[in-house]
Amino acid sequence: MSNSINIRNMIEGSRKKSKLAMFEKTIPYLLFFAAFLSVLTTIGIMVTLTVESILFFRNVSFREFFLQPELKPLNPSDPKFSILPLLGGTLLSSIIAMMVAIPIGLTTAVYLSEYATERVRRILKPLVEVLAGIPTIVYGFFAFTFVTPVLRELIPALDRTNILSPGIVMGIMIIPIVASLSEDAMSSVPNSIREGAMALGATKFEVAFRVVIPAAISGIIASFVLGISRAIGETMIVTIASGSNKNLTFDVTQSMQTMTAYIVEVTSGDAASGTTAYYSLYAVAMTLFVFTLLMNLFARYMTKKFREVY
Amino acid sequence: MQFMDMKVVQSRMSKRLLLNQMTKWLFLASAIFGLLVLAVLLYRVIVDSLGWINIDFLTSVLSTKPEIAGIKGAILGTVWLMIIVGPVTMALGVSTAIYIEEYARPSKLTSFIQTNISNLAGVPSIVFGLLGLTVFVRLFGIGSVILAGGLTMSLLVLPIVVVASQEAIRAVPSYLREASYGMGATKWQTIKNVVLPVALPGILTGLILAISRAIGETAPLVVIGIPALLIPVPTSIFDRFTAMPMQIYYWTIDSVLVAEYAYLAAATIVILLLILFTLNSLAIIIRNKFDRRY
Repeated sequence: MSNSINIRNMIEGSRKKSKLAMFEKTIPYLLFFAAFLSVLTTIGIMVTLTVESILFFRNVSFREFFLQPELKPLNPSDPKFSILPLLGGTLLSSIIAMMVAIPIGLTTAVYLSEYATERVRRILKPLVEVLAGIPTIVYGFFAFTFVTPVLRELIPALDRTNILSPGIVMGIMIIPIVASLSEDAMSSVPNSIREGAMALGATKFEVAFRVVIPAAISGIIASFVLGISRAIGETMIVTIASGSNKNLTFDVTQSMQTMTAYIVEVTSGDAASGTTAYYSLYAVAMTLFVFTLLMNLFARYMTKKFREVY
Repeated sequence: MQFMDMKVVQSRMSKRLLLNQMTKWLFLASAIFGLLVLAVLLYRVIVDSLGWINIDFLTSVLSTKPEIAGIKGAILGTVWLMIIVGPVTMALGVSTAIYIEEYARPSKLTSFIQTNISNLAGVPSIVFGLLGLTVFVRLFGIGSVILAGGLTMSLLVLPIVVVASQEAIRAVPSYLREASYGMGATKWQTIKNVVLPVALPGILTGLILAISRAIGETAPLVVIGIPALLIPVPTSIFDRFTAMPMQIYYWTIDSVLVAEYAYLAAATIVILLLILFTLNSLAIIIRNKFDRRY
């Protein structure tokens, strides 16, 4: 009697086990599917942008898009599609941003890594990084309602929407990216190198600029590139504060549209779905995507290269 | 015989020391500059919002009249959005991290998935917006509703959760896993009962950071077509909606027409920043409290 119960239990147990084993086997596939979704996202982005861009380039030639200077997407009689004014606006705002972010970010990194005591560093670094956690819409508000009016007091010729003010505010937003990543690169330069230079009589300043920065240069450059990539992809600050002027100019006091701001303008309802103006936003987004992707890959390559040295 | 002219050395020396001293203070000033801007920004926003934040502002719905406009709809829109973003990123992000850390063998495909995730983190948010518009809103035909916005946001912040979960899982010491295997547990039982509970604080920190990123993100919502109209309070994931950053956006650009809108925008920013501050403090508390060392 007890024997048969045991056998029954064993059969029951092995059944449970085989169920468990089945479950065990399916788990990795389920997880892999989740992991593959991120790849699908990338594929989705690429396919979407490519397909709709092709529809755009059926109506507009590459020549017109990249070479002629006029952008008038909603001109009813003779619409013109050129990305040059948008590239100009994006380039200019990014240059202004980096002119703020690189000097301040790099010197902040030098201070944190070379001058500050451990205690000061531990307090100051997270505080600087708070700047990166502020939503960009808040920076947009700040640029539009505070920085622009202040700048207009200094430069009367400044338009109410202009590329200078969002450029500067974008630079402030990027300071923590440059500072934090450069500081990481500098901190991982071995102390023995610093001590060697100091033993030869170098001052702290000389150690920082002649020894530490050259040793950490690839990490530092990577932080610059990531900063530029952020500036190029940044949307809300420029949408709010730089207006929608589509002229190709290099006058920073004027309103100027960036690629991202153009996408916002077109999707905000000016162009009906299916029109060339509507498809143009995908061609612009494709350009934006390719730019930022190349920069991110380059930054990744630079940090990897840096890691191999030490 | 004298090899060095001490006078020259002396004068160069004092120059070098002076430069050293000056740059020290200059660099400190530059480190503090960012904080000063942050202080000015907060001061301006708070001053602008004074007198506009009160119970009525939080509990009444949108209106074109600044005196009676409130952000109940926008707050609820953001909450609904997070009801989608939270579970979706948590499920997808943690599964991805478990796959890469526990199951995947080092192969080209695995390193491709890894590279792909870090590249996704660098894609501009507006491009995610276009993906959402094309796939969720148009192709799936969901429309510009909470579900479409939530899914778009989930894809956007997914890399944050994946990376944080990966780090948390990697930090679980291998002898805990081995002990579990030694007791006869299977791989999945080990992950479920040993690895995940230990890694949970790190995963939750990542999730909170992802959610606070999603709360402040505006560009994808603008792109998928959240309207500027006065939207009623949403009651399900298939309702059209507005969210706090969208409301800040419209009030900011419309402040050219009605000056008081700028104060409403400032008041909404204060509420938004308070929410973000609370979430981030929560993340720090979780990290410190549960940061047990094994």
